[in-house]
Amino acid sequence: VSELSSNDSAVSTGSMEALADEIARHAAQLSSACIMEVCGTHTVSIFRAGIRSLLPKNVRLVSGPGCPVCVTPQGYIDVACELARQGDITVCTYGDMVRVPGRGGSLARARAKGGDVHVVYSAHDAVEYAAAHPDRQVVFLAVGFETTAPATALSVLEAQSRGLKNFTALLGHKLAVPAMMALLEAGDVELDGFLSPGHVSVVIGADAYKPIVERHQRSCVVAGFEPRNMLAGIARLLELLVAKSPAVDNVYSVAVRPGGNPSAQAVLERVFEPIDTGWRAIGTIAQSGLGFREAFWPFDAQRRYGLEIDEDYHPAGCLCGDVIQGKVEPPACTLFGTSCTPARPIGPCMVSSEGTCAAWYKYGGAR
Amino acid sequence: MLSCFAETEGACPQEFNMCLAIPGQVIDMTDPDDPIARRGTVDFKGNQVDVSLAMVPDAECGSWVLVHAGYALEQLDENEALETWQWLQQAKIVEVGDLPEPLQKLADSQAEETP
Repeated sequence: VSELSSNDSAVSTGSMEALADEIARHAAQLSSACIMEVCGTHTVSIFRAGIRSLLPKNVRLVSGPGCPVCVTPQGYIDVACELARQGDITVCTYGDMVRVPGRGGSLARARAKGGDVHVVYSAHDAVEYAAAHPDRQVVFLAVGFETTAPATALSVLEAQSRGLKNFTALLGHKLAVPAMMALLEAGDVELDGFLSPGHVSVVIGADAYKPIVERHQRSCVVAGFEPRNMLAGIARLLELLVAKSPAVDNVYSVAVRPGGNPSAQAVLERVFEPIDTGWRAIGTIAQSGLGFREAFWPFDAQRRYGLEIDEDYHPAGCLCGDVIQGKVEPPACTLFGTSCTPARPIGPCMVSSEGTCAAWYKYGGAR
Repeated sequence: MLSCFAETEGACPQEFNMCLAIPGQVIDMTDPDDPIARRGTVDFKGNQVDVSLAMVPDAECGSWVLVHAGYALEQLDENEALETWQWLQQAKIVEVGDLPEPLQKLADSQAEETP
């Protein structure tokens, strides 16, 4: 039976006020601190809990590239829409991707014009759909970070063991650590530490962030999504900054082990290999994506249909690329709240409920 | 059911927190010895969803697991699972008797499949 340490509770000890006091004490010893929350679910939870308002003025939280929809190149959407319109193909997708506008409209529009788009809430459902519709070719839109990538790997293994010839995946998975490293290497934003994503870390483990500490001397503290747990993570990051001793730490050890989930890592390793991949409006980041190993090429939609994904296109005026790198905050974009709103989004950061722009719009931004 | 599926871009009232995983308790298992196909019924405070248990090889009936997009990502201690639920309800991410949006949709879609 697996065991998880329970020395620090999922609901962190101490009240919000006590944690805010602790943060203030550390912050008083620093001139300033800029912390990036990498995960889109953190971004939303931080706004929902009003955490920015609890932080001292010299502690800044910036949102990072952790919203799966937001980092997916627009060319990927275009290719998916094209597939949906082909006639014999059903595109199976997570709900969030449906409304992201591509150059020729969104998957929702492709569907309204007769394209075949089916929303699934689990990769397994796409496999079941393929099994139930042997006359259709099913393409699963496999997006997301390490939280969803093992599910894609398992869906492919499942399709293989069930002998399904009509199931493929269009890979758009991204890896968190290479992106965090790339942000530091680009040096456009002065980051002092990372609040590392909770459920990505369940899979990859807290130790996965060690290279960031070793190469860039930036602390990474894994936190869950409960407000006190996020505050505890911020407090720990500041404490490490004050001590000038960058380290990896984990305040979400109820779910995250140092080495992560070995079963999840084993399926990833079996099906995929790291590849260079394009991030929306950021460009290519080395070894930051997942490609199929040769044994699984029959399940690769890109190979089966000979698809080229244009990773360079980006709507004029949209600053989503800068927003997801923490370079600017949403109000800096002239489209924000004017021509780009949740009802009529232009960029993916406004479409996704986890997008930084959508969170700023909904919760009134700033502090 | 697919209220997120507006015919135009935008206007999605739902929150789809792609990376938020929810704890539930395994109450039933199928193919427990198949490393890929092992699945189980997971109870989320009264709502039951069929999920993959391939990534939690040690989970058995009665175990608490953290579920994301229909896949159990990790096993949890019962107390921690219940504390997480407390927070989910306090934060109104989950109302009593309801499931968070993505899981509710998964439950609905599974209910539709069953004649």
